[in-house]
Amino acid sequence: MDGIHDLGGREGFGAIDVEAPLFAEDWERRAMALTMASFLLGHNNGGQFRHSIERMAPVHYLTTRYYEHWFTGTATRLVEAGMIDLAELEERAGGRVPLSRPVVAEADEQPPVPAEDLAVGDRVRVRHWHPRGHSRCPWYVKGKRGTVVRLDPAASLPDLEAHTHDRRNEVQACVRFAATELWGPTADAGAGVHVDLWASYLTKEDG
Amino acid sequence: MSDDHHHPRDVSPIEARVHALEELLVEKGYLAHADIDNFIQYYEHDIGPLNGAKVVARAWVDPAYKERLLAAGTAAIDELGFGGPEGEHLVVVENTDEVHHVVVCTLCSCYPWPVLGLPPEWYKSAPYRSRVVREPRAVLAEMGCDVPDGVRIEVWDSSAEARYLVLPQRPAGTENLDEEALAALVTRDHMIGVAR
Repeated sequence: MDGIHDLGGREGFGAIDVEAPLFAEDWERRAMALTMASFLLGHNNGGQFRHSIERMAPVHYLTTRYYEHWFTGTATRLVEAGMIDLAELEERAGGRVPLSRPVVAEADEQPPVPAEDLAVGDRVRVRHWHPRGHSRCPWYVKGKRGTVVRLDPAASLPDLEAHTHDRRNEVQACVRFAATELWGPTADAGAGVHVDLWASYLTKEDG
Repeated sequence: MSDDHHHPRDVSPIEARVHALEELLVEKGYLAHADIDNFIQYYEHDIGPLNGAKVVARAWVDPAYKERLLAAGTAAIDELGFGGPEGEHLVVVENTDEVHHVVVCTLCSCYPWPVLGLPPEWYKSAPYRSRVVREPRAVLAEMGCDVPDGVRIEVWDSSAEARYLVLPQRPAGTENLDEEALAALVTRDHMIGVAR
């Protein structure tokens, strides 16, 4: 989904606060560990968990500290899996517990067939593919051209893993984009941005 | 851990929610409080950038190790005993006189936990994630990392399975230092690439 989490290249967020503490309050520490521990319960895979955070209401996402994202995703997944009851959780918490928004991915929205035989050195273009569900292709490279600089072993495509029982293992290509391809002529001329992309996200370019 | 530990004077809504979820999961028998405490111990205390610093120092003193590290990061890092969640596919990129590397995860917060621990808050924040892919030189300067004009910047967005570690350049004048003393010079920020 083209959600609020997909932050690369967005403007207006201001200065980086390098002094911000990892855990400002103890609940953040416990929310972190609660999330890690809840993975042992087997109701969640990485794609499902990431998508549960992507589905947070944008204002909620942008106005909360990081481990509130983990808490919200974890609580959402536990409720969706039927392992806890939202009313019971809210009663315990003494008030509303805002969860993430529901999954809206279409069941028939299958990812494209991957480009065949990617090789290091290939020129590729990122597909203009905008699924409503989970995906790991950042918006800022969609439609852009780059060069494959490394191929990583086949891994399960998150788009399928988050929404279906199907699994498709695909090679992941590390693609280098010239900064000027992404941001235009005012970008740092020599700089490059590398993005790791499952083969489904790419098409091969001629020459 | 006892209940009263979680009940300070003014309980904020989020604090109450996290506490409620923990209590509910324990009551239903899904988890024990000790599980939560164990995860805190591991992620807050047992892993951290000291592990990555040992990898860097070894690469600085042992050229054959450095070659293995750059060719196949996961296996070389495993030689030093480091691995685990988010360390299944580690890729090491080397800074030189010509190039400076910097790592981000624009979509969430992917980070090489076994060698660096949990990522700092700024790494997961909207300002860093949005800006470093678009204006890396300005971001680095703002963070106190001056990359000389002739040095190219390469950004690595951890968007799939690979997790990145930057191998910084060995500082001049450290020829007489041993591996342990070298490791003490290496910081988390060097290995993310926001220090040089």
